[in-house]
Amino acid sequence: MIPELGQFALALALAVAVVQAVLPIAGAAKGNAAWMAVARPAAQAQALLVAFAFGCLTYAFVANDFSVAYVAAHSNSALPLHYRIAGVWGGHEGSLLLWALMLGVWMTAASVFSSHLPDEMTARVLGVMGVVSAGFLAFMLFTSNPFDRQFPPAMDGRDLNPLLQDPGMVLHPPMLYMGYVGFSVAYAFAVSALLSGKLDAAWARWSRPWTTVAWMFLTVGIALGSGWAYYELGWGGWWFWDPVENASFMPWLVGTTLIHSLAVTEKRGGFRSWTVLLAIVAFGLSLLGTFLVRSGVLTSVHAFAVDPRRGVFILGIFTVLIGGALVLYAWRTSRIGLGGDFAPVSRESFLLANNVLLAAAAGAVFLGTLYPLVIDALGAGKLSVGPPYFETVFVPLMAPALFLMGVGPLARWKHASIPELAVLLRWALAVSLAVGLLLPLAFGRWHALTGFALALAIWIVAAALISLKKRPRGSRAHLGMVVAHIGVAVFVVGVTLVKTYESDKDLRMKPGDSVFLAGYVFRLDEVGNVKGPNYVAARARISVTKSGEPVTVMYPEKRLYVVQNMPMTEAAIDPGPTRDLYVSLGDPFEDGAWLVKVQHKPFVDWIWGGCLIMALGGLLAASDRRYRVPLPLRARAQVA
Amino acid sequence: MNRALWTLGAFVALLALLAVGLRLNPREVPSPLIGKPAPPFELPLLTEPDKRFSHKDMLGKVWIMNVWASWCPPCLVEHPVVTQLARAGMAPVVGLNYKDARDEALPWLKRNGDPYHLIVADVDGRIGIDYGVYGVPETYVIDRQGIIRYKHIGPLTADVVETKVEPLLRELNGG
Repeated sequence: MIPELGQFALALALAVAVVQAVLPIAGAAKGNAAWMAVARPAAQAQALLVAFAFGCLTYAFVANDFSVAYVAAHSNSALPLHYRIAGVWGGHEGSLLLWALMLGVWMTAASVFSSHLPDEMTARVLGVMGVVSAGFLAFMLFTSNPFDRQFPPAMDGRDLNPLLQDPGMVLHPPMLYMGYVGFSVAYAFAVSALLSGKLDAAWARWSRPWTTVAWMFLTVGIALGSGWAYYELGWGGWWFWDPVENASFMPWLVGTTLIHSLAVTEKRGGFRSWTVLLAIVAFGLSLLGTFLVRSGVLTSVHAFAVDPRRGVFILGIFTVLIGGALVLYAWRTSRIGLGGDFAPVSRESFLLANNVLLAAAAGAVFLGTLYPLVIDALGAGKLSVGPPYFETVFVPLMAPALFLMGVGPLARWKHASIPELAVLLRWALAVSLAVGLLLPLAFGRWHALTGFALALAIWIVAAALISLKKRPRGSRAHLGMVVAHIGVAVFVVGVTLVKTYESDKDLRMKPGDSVFLAGYVFRLDEVGNVKGPNYVAARARISVTKSGEPVTVMYPEKRLYVVQNMPMTEAAIDPGPTRDLYVSLGDPFEDGAWLVKVQHKPFVDWIWGGCLIMALGGLLAASDRRYRVPLPLRARAQVA
Repeated sequence: MNRALWTLGAFVALLALLAVGLRLNPREVPSPLIGKPAPPFELPLLTEPDKRFSHKDMLGKVWIMNVWASWCPPCLVEHPVVTQLARAGMAPVVGLNYKDARDEALPWLKRNGDPYHLIVADVDGRIGIDYGVYGVPETYVIDRQGIIRYKHIGPLTADVVETKVEPLLRELNGG
């Protein structure tokens, strides 16, 4: 009964979404206030209906209702309660429902925090979001219904994929989807502005906080996914340039570009046409990511059950939403007009360079991700594009962007002077060069690229501090920018140091054996058996000492999840601000020895720390009070 | 205007690519062995180690070679499908027991049933290397002239049998 209620709520939500997509947009075109007024209640009703459906599916999981096919495929009665709840989004159908729920959250937020917008704008924005929502609800109901029953009901479920039974995995999809779906708000603002024909500074100001918040969620989501891969996949990698990772990284890059381009559009009225295009592309890439993950056109570690029919449907949604927006863009772009002009050395031109570099980086990732598909489609063979390509193209594009990150925020709008910047930044340059030259020596081995990257990181931090000193009473938006830039520097330090100085050893160890790595002694004390709720495991006890002093005791496990008969390496990690110790247990040998991998990863946690600082910066920037107060009179006059 | 049209053009090209991509299967890795003679081998039978079997024994027959092992969970997954394929009787299914121990393989067969025409034991995996085995289980269809006509990597599914293996067997048996 409960699943049927959920399905009914979804069908109702689709009906509401269609109304929300049609009436407010038509009302805004015709100037019919009653039609426009439908937007807010429709958006909120729709969100409630989807939330109710989500609750029904959660109930089916908690109550172990294995007559629901989706529950039977992704849960098991032995699965602990918190993973049964996380199992709701552990597969294709449920994760789509989560997607729809997130869209509902964003729509509700947009309907609540839009009181300072003109009514036409609110109606159009919510209407466009209604179109998006209708597409995804129809997709779910027609191809991927999470409430489908099966007969006869399963005796027990097939269990959640053991890889997903992890706290990081519980949070990763909701954060990621908040980011993906959040770009639909920026998209809706862009399409609404195109519909109205008014692409002005006010439009950019409204879009900014939404874009920043979506970007913040996406940052956290990607960081969680990367952190999860690091400790759960059991061999200490944290980014693989896998197609699905790239699918989340491309919208992030374009979203970052959009944030910077919106700044120019709001402050100087420039880059308007480009900003609109970026808003459309950022959401387009989110949709493309959904398509790549769920249609099975590319091979990836994220294997969702694939079905070509689904691919066709998502391709249809993609065509309508992005194709429609691009046609509108082509039609309106001649009317957009140019913003204020600027000198070759000015904050505008620095931001332009930032945009070009970030967009080129996104393009490079896009090319590398889709290239195998192009070659396959041409019938020219099968190939895969791996980390060497991405690292080779990515680093040279990012290095100048990191350099500009120091200069840009200090440059004046419209016209900046190089001598003035040089005076401001001379100490930053000197300190960063000194650190770049000397710091690698402290790690024992000098390496040109490492020194260069560290110098860039210090450069960013020093320049950020200078800009804080120059504007001690700056806005929260300014503070957020500074914090986010420092986050990038922290991230760069983490990546650089772990890439250069990490070390590892693979060896066979018998109880009593010791191994020495990076100053630490790892001693395998014993290997015992433990039993978990839905797995059995061999667990090793490894004590770690440094110059005779005990540091920690680590318990890596080799688990066998019994329902799916799936072995899993559960690494033991001793985290620290300057290094992680990482031990994983391989296969046993016949004589009682085990294959053991020990790793020393200096500063690896700075990678995720940097991402969290970036996200914190985003949060600060989005909470700036000028986004919450109604427009000042002067800006209102511009809108009118 | 021009720039916007470029954007639209790029979008249409992307759509075309994705639409074509939907019809392709990225997991299908073409084997260089297809259309080539099956690599020769002569191995002892798993059940009766003193008897030997050679690829030449099958010349003139269309047959299927299924690479499996008792240590391989996906082999257990595909076992019912292999059993059904063997029962259908369209072609004899020869098992290649790959890098396995006899005293583990035999109980495995006892537990799960033995659908095979016969099974050869490739204890050190030497023949597996010749055939380019990289993901057990694997399944090969070999024609009357001893040419490999089809290779499937990973567990056989009912769908693959229906859409790929059976039509091919019908064609080979008919011709």
